[in-house]
Amino acid sequence: MSNVPSDLKYAKSHEWVRVQGDTATIGITDHAQHELTDVVFVELPAVNRQVQAGEACAVVESVKTASDIYSPVSGQILEINKSVVDNPALVNTEPYSGGWFYKIKLSQPAEAESLMNPDQYKSQIEGH
Amino acid sequence: MLKRTPLFEIHQKLGGRLVEFGGWEMPVQYTSIMDEHQVVRKAAGLFDISHMGEVLVSGSGAEEFLNKTLTNDVRKLAIGLGQYTLMCNEQGGVIDDLYAYRLSSEEYLLIINASRIDADVPWLQKQLASYLKKDSVKLENTSDHTAAVALQGPRVSEFINQCFAGSSTGGTSVGSASELKKNQIAQFQFSGQPIWVSKTGYTGEDGFEIVAPSNLITEVWRHIMKIGHQYCLQPAGLGARDTLRTEVCYPLYGHELDEQTTPMEAGLGFFVSFDKGDFVGRAVLAEQKANGVKKKCVAFKMTGKSAPPRPDYLIWSTGPNPVQIGKVVSGTQSPSLSNGIGMGYVKTEFAKAETPIEIEIRGNRAAATIVPKPIYRKPV
Repeated sequence: MSNVPSDLKYAKSHEWVRVQGDTATIGITDHAQHELTDVVFVELPAVNRQVQAGEACAVVESVKTASDIYSPVSGQILEINKSVVDNPALVNTEPYSGGWFYKIKLSQPAEAESLMNPDQYKSQIEGH
Repeated sequence: MLKRTPLFEIHQKLGGRLVEFGGWEMPVQYTSIMDEHQVVRKAAGLFDISHMGEVLVSGSGAEEFLNKTLTNDVRKLAIGLGQYTLMCNEQGGVIDDLYAYRLSSEEYLLIINASRIDADVPWLQKQLASYLKKDSVKLENTSDHTAAVALQGPRVSEFINQCFAGSSTGGTSVGSASELKKNQIAQFQFSGQPIWVSKTGYTGEDGFEIVAPSNLITEVWRHIMKIGHQYCLQPAGLGARDTLRTEVCYPLYGHELDEQTTPMEAGLGFFVSFDKGDFVGRAVLAEQKANGVKKKCVAFKMTGKSAPPRPDYLIWSTGPNPVQIGKVVSGTQSPSLSNGIGMGYVKTEFAKAETPIEIEIRGNRAAATIVPKPIYRKPV
């Protein structure tokens, strides 16, 4: 059973969002890391890049495939997690803590509100 | 509707992740590709390879017919010996790569790729129809009622004799399965039925492949798992099978090989015999042997930190005026080397080992070097 923390928002494409004021931290869910299997490479967006909600802005590679990661919210990239670039396995072992991807300054904070709550995300991943 | 092997329910029970492969629903992994890869390199893994096809070719004309249809020389096969070989079209393009075993004096077993059964069988029938002594050859596709597993890894030799007790009853004459040498095959009795055990594999490790009637394979699987348990044997999926074979540069049909690619281009000239008379594709292959080929299959390693290479990524030359020189056909992160590795076709002038190249990954070029095959060699 995948871990779905209660204090986060979720995108259909399996990213999580932790909103703190006008910034947010983004990563991929426990369910997503489990589906991807052993993560061997993570490519993150450049700091200061402007991204739109739904835009592919990171790539996660497992042994078998490369998968795009879509930004769940719009804004400017403030910081990226260098540790996960150096140690991609963090995505598998700590998807909600050490395995975070980037921090973003929200340009449209309302977007975060329209994301799924934990119960909605749980039913999405259990629904198939 | 995807086809399922007789071991499908076992894969489900083991929690295998099932994916489509060559028209079959197969386990890509049970725990993780990394884990299963390491288990095979260090201990032992058991793979379901029942999706692969089996064709029996028998009769007094079988040897000559196969020598006209396949590239290697089956006359080299003593009873109970197998060889890697290829089946080509008139242009020298590869219809399939396969193993041919001589089971008895006039009986051969061909193990063909799952994804190519529907191409190979009609091709073999067509070749037979135009063979002068066609009445002396019997061709039988037994794929639907034949299953197989691959038992691979350095610890397999410790328990193979417990899996299949006693002396062989056909093929190579051995007192026990562990006496089999590379490419040898022998028949053993299992639950009162004959099965075939060969010392072959697709992982670069020592191991065996076991071919048995479909109705027996579940019992074979359970029996091997039960005995192998204390030797750290684990089931392994097609994901690990792919990373294992890529590390040792074994070709996979649809990647390194297709109908537009010849064995000479693929670097498989060793398995083409020119001193056995005519065979399909010979003229083109002989010309390529004499005059060389325009593109070659090479192995490469990423040299810096980069994303793993993937099939279809472009390969570029380096220097001030880089040009596109080829394309990746297999690529992955090597679990043994923790490095991106792959194989690709490049223009022959760039095919030498140590040549620096670049792989285009999502619009950026990452440094790589052509390396000798195999990419991974077992530490001695």
